[in-house]
This record gives sequence, structure tokens and C-alpha cells, in this order.
Amino acid sequence: MRSPYYRLLEEDKTMRLTEAEENRYNRHLILDQIGREGQLKLKNAKILVVGAGGLGCPALQYLTAAGVGTLGIVDFDEVDLSNLHRQILFNHQDVGRNKASCAAEKLHLLNPEIELIPYPVKLEASNAKEIIANYDIVLDGSDNFATRYLVNDCCTALNKPMVYGAIYKFEGQVSVFNYNNGPTYRCLFPENDATAPNCSEVGVLGVLPGVIGLYQATEAIKIILDIGQVLSGRLLQMNLLTHETTQLSIQKRKQQTQTAHK
Amino acid sequence: MNVECKYFGMIAEITGTASESLILNDASNIAQLDEQLKSKYHKLHFVSYQIAQNQQIADTHIELNEKDEIALLPPFGGG
Repeated sequence: MRSPYYRLLEEDKTMRLTEAEENRYNRHLILDQIGREGQLKLKNAKILVVGAGGLGCPALQYLTAAGVGTLGIVDFDEVDLSNLHRQILFNHQDVGRNKASCAAEKLHLLNPEIELIPYPVKLEASNAKEIIANYDIVLDGSDNFATRYLVNDCCTALNKPMVYGAIYKFEGQVSVFNYNNGPTYRCLFPENDATAPNCSEVGVLGVLPGVIGLYQATEAIKIILDIGQVLSGRLLQMNLLTHETTQLSIQKRKQQTQTAHK
Repeated sequence: MNVECKYFGMIAEITGTASESLILNDASNIAQLDEQLKSKYHKLHFVSYQIAQNQQIADTHIELNEKDEIALLPPFGGG
């Protein structure tokens, strides 16, 4: 089955890269796996990044640089000084500014060819489906389980892939959920677990969300280009202190009522 | 029966090690292994995790085999 990005190209055969885009994306264009056709798929793609934090910032920077045509950025929060050791889109002059708007402004300077849509709102049940429906892929960079489950459930309902990243001190997890009817986050962790802390409670090595966020950006690009092996049905677990990586396979569950061991 | 156990994130902090060999007493499936681990590490009662057998997230009724590689995977937060 052809990806939806082929369909978009077929619908608009006149679409071409501008001369500036040919220059900007030259190192993509000369790759056999991308080329002009792949770059046009990126140009036609729409990705929503939920959370412009430690995971979202690096992912956004590379997705912007890669020429993803439309990037939505959801974040109601404001830049705090304690964010700057890992949220490298921002500087000390940005403290107090809304992250979504500030990120869009910075990313526009990096690549004015793409459309950046900030949503300076909290993602909630009342607005999530309406926002997510406009995008092909959702990259989850949220910092709380309520939002992660909301994103997962909306992606499942709307049949959108969710590129997942999560962090704990020096360890990270990456996966792609709901891709081509594959397992969802609830197939792995069926229920919201309030006991798992986030980095504001236990700390995090600043570069860790950078590494994990870039894995997420990589998976999103692979989905758009239809290249390589997407991390669907598998969870990549890594430890930056030991460089130990483990891949665990996840089965799709018909009735996602399996309970966690607790 | 012996199995190899790997622990991630806060599970490794509870067990005090990232991996260990475990001699199973009477445990023959995942649920019984979980009970043995909880009695060895009482704090496991208070955290959530999934158990993988040989790199596959496993249901509680799955039978264990000698030298199985077991992993305890907790959910991680975001950022």
C-alpha cells in the first residue's frame, strides 16, 4: 500500500522545490533514500509536536531543518530558568515567554520555508482531537501521563501514528505507537500510573532528552519517507551511562484491559 | 530453575542492581515470578511495571523456562 504522502504528490504534480529549497536540502537530495521525491514528501508532511520541552525542542529543531512543511507546536507553559539546561531552543531572555510561541519564532529563523503553527494552550479532551486531526503524525514530548494518555487515545481514535519518547535520569525509551494499526501505548502500559515521577521531581541529565528527542524526530522522518524499519511494536530502551540498549517487543492487545504488575 | 533478570529505571534503584541471576523457588510462570520478586523487594508493591520474557512483553500466565531473560520495565515520565 502506498503511503498517503504519495497520494499528496499525485494530487499536486506541479509541486516543485524552489531554487532556495534545492540548495537548503541538497544533502538530503543527493541521498538515494530521499532525493527530490522524498524531500517533497517532507514538504507535504504535517507533524504536531506536543510539548516544546526537553524532548520537543531538539525534535523541533531537526524537523524544521529537515523541511517538514507544517509543524504544529502545543505548549501552554512558559520558559523557566530551570528548563535551559536541556531545552536548547530557549535562552535566558526567553524566561517567562510562552514556549510554543517562542519556539515558533526561533524555528522560523532556522527555516522560513516551512509553516509553524503555535498552540499556546493546554492539550485537553476538549481540544485535542480538533488539533490532532490536522496532522499526519504526533510526536509526544509531553511531561505528564495525563497528556500522554490523551495523545495516545486521540491518535488511536483518529488513526494517527504517535512517536513516543520518555526519560528517567540517564535512561530513555523510544517507540512508535498506533502505526499501521500497530500496538498503542496502552498495549504497553494500560493505565495511567501516578507513581512514575517526571524529571522535575527526580532530575535528568540535560543531554538525555536531546538524544531521545532526536530518536523521535528520526522515527517521524522515517515514517514520512517510508524508509528503514519504524520502531512499531518494539520499544527501544537505552542507558546513557552504560550504553546498554535493549529492544522489547510489544504485542497489540485487542482489549486493552491488561493490568500492570502492581 | 534459573532466570536472568534485568531492571530498568526506578526498578533498578529498588533492587540495587541493573541485573542479577535469580533462582526460582516454586515459580513456573510470570505471575509467580512477580510474587517472588515482590517478596524479595517489598517496594515493588508500590510501583508499576511490565515484565518481558526474552525481549517480549509477557502476560502473567506465560510459562517460564530455564535461562529465560526477564526484564522489568517501568513507565518513564516525559520532559
